[in-house]
Amino acid sequence: MMQIPQAQAITGSRVPAMAAAPLTKRKVTSTVREARIRRVFVAAGFFSVIIMGLIILFLFKEGLGLFSTVSVKDFLFGEFWYPTYDPADFGIFPLIMGSVAVAALSSAMAVPLGVGAALYLGEVASHRTREILKPAVELLASLPSVVLGFVGMVVIAPLMQQWWDIPTGLNVLNASMMLAIMAIPTIASISEDALHAVPRDLMEASLALGATRLETLTRVTIPGAISGMGTGVILGMSRAMGETMVVLMVAGGAAQIPTSIFDSVRPLPATIAAEMGETPFGSEHYHALFAIGIVLFLLTLGFNLVAAYVSRRFQQKGAATL
Amino acid sequence: MSRHNLAMRHLRQNLAFGLFRLIMLAVLGALGGILVYVFIHGVGAISWEFLTQPPKNSMTAGGIFPAIMGTLYLTVGALLVALPLGVSAAIYLSEYATEGRALRIVRLGIQNLAGIPSVVFGLFGLALFVGYFKLGVSIAAGSLTLGLLILPTIIGASEEALRQVPGTFREASLGLGATRWQTIRKVVLPAALPGILTGSILGIGRAAGETAPIMFTAATFYTMGLPRSPLDQVMALPYHIYVLATAGTHIEQTRPLQYGTVLVLISLVLGLSLVAIIIRTRMRKTKQW
Repeated sequence: MMQIPQAQAITGSRVPAMAAAPLTKRKVTSTVREARIRRVFVAAGFFSVIIMGLIILFLFKEGLGLFSTVSVKDFLFGEFWYPTYDPADFGIFPLIMGSVAVAALSSAMAVPLGVGAALYLGEVASHRTREILKPAVELLASLPSVVLGFVGMVVIAPLMQQWWDIPTGLNVLNASMMLAIMAIPTIASISEDALHAVPRDLMEASLALGATRLETLTRVTIPGAISGMGTGVILGMSRAMGETMVVLMVAGGAAQIPTSIFDSVRPLPATIAAEMGETPFGSEHYHALFAIGIVLFLLTLGFNLVAAYVSRRFQQKGAATL
Repeated sequence: MSRHNLAMRHLRQNLAFGLFRLIMLAVLGALGGILVYVFIHGVGAISWEFLTQPPKNSMTAGGIFPAIMGTLYLTVGALLVALPLGVSAAIYLSEYATEGRALRIVRLGIQNLAGIPSVVFGLFGLALFVGYFKLGVSIAAGSLTLGLLILPTIIGASEEALRQVPGTFREASLGLGATRWQTIRKVVLPAALPGILTGSILGIGRAAGETAPIMFTAATFYTMGLPRSPLDQVMALPYHIYVLATAGTHIEQTRPLQYGTVLVLISLVLGLSLVAIIIRTRMRKTKQW
């Protein structure tokens, strides 16, 4: 702001005095214009919030219609999902249990593997190896889910059936394995970033005191990175919970509460994807599928809020909190 | 500390580090295994005809040209939606926003948008674009849905790119009398362009591979020719794979076509991601500031 009168003063010696008038005028309009432009960008910033609002609005608008005929309790805890029978049953408890089963088992596989890969990248690998392998892991993250669903269905399922002599290879175990492959890169990449962000002087202090690299890792680096690693794990689990194509193609599709890892299940996203195509617009079944969408939305929202909380609550603040 | 004790501690370290290395190998092995397996089974199906002809004999022969074009239309459409909005939102976050409640709300919105499952985006697209705006099952509805899905990716990458432009660039421009908008348009944005480009390519890759959001909003089993308007339905590569593998009447017979389609999709998506990663790595190395 200070420069403008000065510039006028300099040009003023060479340009006729009347030039000053348009210059001031332009300055005023440009301030108005700047304010307008600023408002455009603020609006763009808030667009994501508006979209979140619209998603909530439309999910509830289409989904809540179901609860005029089915109680929330019967919907959430009903044990039978027969949406096309007459009278229809809209109990999603088996679907929730199906989702929980694949999310839990895939996390049990993906968390140790993802964290292990992150520890290798962050602590063991040389700088050059890391430069090559980190992008490779990120590449694994961009593998389309329909491809993993296809591999699980066409390659893994027949093998499982052969090896263990089970009725179907499309089951909780197979789906969990494919979901784990999807979740590992998320967990590994975020955890590695967290390890990388731990201040170097903390590690150097530990090494200088005679601790081995492993001892430094377990007692200094990991505690310092725990909030970021926790965030990565939760986001990976959330991704496994909401992923559609893998469970649609590989989980088997039977709406039952699983009792073994070789049972077929019908997780929440698979139900929506499989049935929405054949459902008449505005029917009770249509509303029920949107109601499942609400449940799924709230579940993943919960995961994300917990992740945000973990990343704030256990944040490493300088060296003092260790 | 005794020598024996030290040896034990180093042994323990070697065991642990060996385990981490083994895990990394297993993870890469899974990726490599899938890629090699699909390549071996799919490469035989790839031919000029496969890439340039529509399906024939009720999907048991012919090519996947309409699906390739459909995926192209949908991803370009998604980018047209997400790029202007995403870059503008990133400009707000990096250039205009000040710490406070408003910024926290915006960040929370973006974070949660990124976490919403893709099938929920599909439901939303069905309710809003297909139903409420009466676009029908169409390229337009699918592109809008996919555009919102990749919006957080674009915002994230663009904001990072903008933040990496040093403050001295802005100060120099403002010091010369440029307004804030002139500074953004002529100094900050050009400097951040490679980063924004990387984000866009990653977004395209993501949009091209997604199936669930287009199942109810854009994709169809079979079209006679190419779409003639944005309100037409389209075939798309991911949906084509799903349909051929699960719903066809000749599932076993079309196996080679399925592998071929998977190979085309993987090449497209991983190729895009690879390009983005290479641009980013090169940029980080050669950056002068």
